Amino acid sequence: MSDPIHAAIKKTIDENDVVLFMKGTTKFPQCGFSATAAKILEHLGVPFKDVNVLENQALREGIKSFSNWPTIPQLYVKGEFIGGCDIMREMYEAGELHDLICEKGIPHTHHHG
Amino acid sequence: MPMTASEIERLIKTKLPDATIELTDLAGDDDHWAAHVVSTAFRGLPRVRQHQLVYDALGGRMGGVLHALQLTTAVPPD
Repeated sequence: MSDPIHAAIKKTIDENDVVLFMKGTTKFPQCGFSATAAKILEHLGVPFKDVNVLENQALREGIKSFSNWPTIPQLYVKGEFIGGCDIMREMYEAGELHDLICEKGIPHTHHHG
Repeated sequence: MPMTASEIERLIKTKLPDATIELTDLAGDDDHWAAHVVSTAFRGLPRVRQHQLVYDALGGRMGGVLHALQLTTAVPPD
């Protein structure tokens, strides 16, 4: 991986089980889609690292080429790209995001009845 | 520059000819769309790949001229 931004992204998603690349931060999201994505993870009680792409223009573009995905937010679990806001919402509503978190052995506080 | 429903539908069908596409204009401004795309091409693919097929069809417009497209995908029932 020669692109230094791609290398930095790879390092971040390797070192953290759950990473959300977003506009703004969990506490101060600066886009409705990013806010929704962060809320979903908070609902599941999954600890995650939020990365604010607005702080770094190269990262903001680099994350799109890294995943071949045109929009932000972007969710990574155990180094794997899962999807953006729509996919997170669909998976959350279908219970699939919770299943994924369980399958990957990531500790979380929310449990389905 | 917003995109019309027929333009979005035409682009998706160039890559997914069998697709049925339901478009909803969320804000009434030709700029915030919800699309539900059903195609046999999605069969067996994870959601992220299904969405990537639609984004590929839109040829880089997503996140650019196409400001907001809330996307859901499905495989037609047997």
